[in-house]
Amino acid sequence: MPIEPRSVVDTLNHASATIADTLHTAGTKAVEEGGKFNFTELLDHLKDSHTVDLPFTHIDLPHFPPIVIGGLSIDLSITKHVFFLWVAGLLLAIVSISAARRYKKSLVPKGFTNALETAVIFIRDEVVLENMGKGGLPYLPYLLTTFFFILFMNLLGLIPFGITSTSNIAVTAGLAAIAFVMIQVAAIRAQGLAKYLAHLTGGVPWFLWPITIPVEFIGLFTKPFALCLRLFANMTGGHMVVLSLIGLIFIFQSYILSPVPVVFAAGISLVEILVAFLQAYIFTILTALFMGVGIRAAEHHDNNH
Amino acid sequence: MLDLNPGLTIWTIVSFIVLVAILSKYAWKPLVQALAEREDKIRSALEQADRARSEAAELLKKNEESIARAEQEYQIMLRESKLLAEKMKEEIVGKARQQAKQELQRATEEIQRNVDSARKELRGEVADLAIKVAEKILDESLDAQKQKKIVDTFLGQLPRN
Repeated sequence: MPIEPRSVVDTLNHASATIADTLHTAGTKAVEEGGKFNFTELLDHLKDSHTVDLPFTHIDLPHFPPIVIGGLSIDLSITKHVFFLWVAGLLLAIVSISAARRYKKSLVPKGFTNALETAVIFIRDEVVLENMGKGGLPYLPYLLTTFFFILFMNLLGLIPFGITSTSNIAVTAGLAAIAFVMIQVAAIRAQGLAKYLAHLTGGVPWFLWPITIPVEFIGLFTKPFALCLRLFANMTGGHMVVLSLIGLIFIFQSYILSPVPVVFAAGISLVEILVAFLQAYIFTILTALFMGVGIRAAEHHDNNH
Repeated sequence: MLDLNPGLTIWTIVSFIVLVAILSKYAWKPLVQALAEREDKIRSALEQADRARSEAAELLKKNEESIARAEQEYQIMLRESKLLAEKMKEEIVGKARQQAKQELQRATEEIQRNVDSARKELRGEVADLAIKVAEKILDESLDAQKQKKIVDTFLGQLPRN
């Protein structure tokens, strides 16, 4: 029995808002192709694009001519993921600044400020002080921003028509690049440049340096690289599972079976809420841990001298 | 999906740095400061409460001590005054008893004296009366010699006292 994608969209809009967003794109494409369903095109939803889908309409984002530096051409056009990156940043700014303003009136937190405060205290006590000691407090604003920015980006993908920017590896690579710089900065500021470079030798006799220095040097990059891939894979994975489950409806082409993938997809969406928090936390705590290694190493040296 | 768009990475880095700059100044700094301020406030309030409690306990102890001391003093005073009263009582009673004794003795002596003088007087009067009576009788029948003999006999019959 052939189905009309539009009516499926209408039904599911009530069931799961997240899924509805996906189906909107998929359904439109299916109609354009004369009712034929192409699963790979459904997954295109995860890809970056130059349009932002809204209910009943869409916004075309501006194209900029690519800038060519050397052999590399850089396209600085505002894409869908950049747009949602900014949406997340803007939301975070509004929420956190208004919370900070409220403290000026009274030290007693109220309503949403309570939730934000709990997270801030958690990052301060359990992430920064636990892994970096008191020397980590100057980096607290950076780690707070990392946590909340990633969290907001992750959560945006769970609301209707929202997109998770962190499911793009270029975005997580940018975050990891900053984490890389911060880890080195923390180590150099705590130990001094000379000791930082001395650490790269691994503390072995000079004739082993040709082995240890490349290993230690690569080691510096593996940590942020792992951060980048972990966040990207986790945020892409959940969406892919949801899309795959919804895709089953189109593959089976059956009304009767449709509730099953919908229920499963709704369950996965719930898990994704957890994953959104978990991945933001993991990215933050690992960054703090790597920065803490450099800071602790300096303290260790001071104790020995 | 794994193709890395450098433009997007650059946008991410730029946006993140701008966000850190803005939020550090307008959100995290005041927020963290407010939290630290509140923690200090709570800590100092707790310390103050602790101090007040220990002060109150000390005061209570002091009060109890002074009450106990007052009780002790009262007991001592009570005992002392009882003793004093006992002594005074004994003194007064003793004095009274002595006075009564003296009075009794004096009264006895006076009575004795009165009895003696009365007896002497009585004896003289009796003798005179007897002589007068005898004179009257003898005037009629007896001479002086007989008269004396009769009186002596009479007197000899009188009790010795």
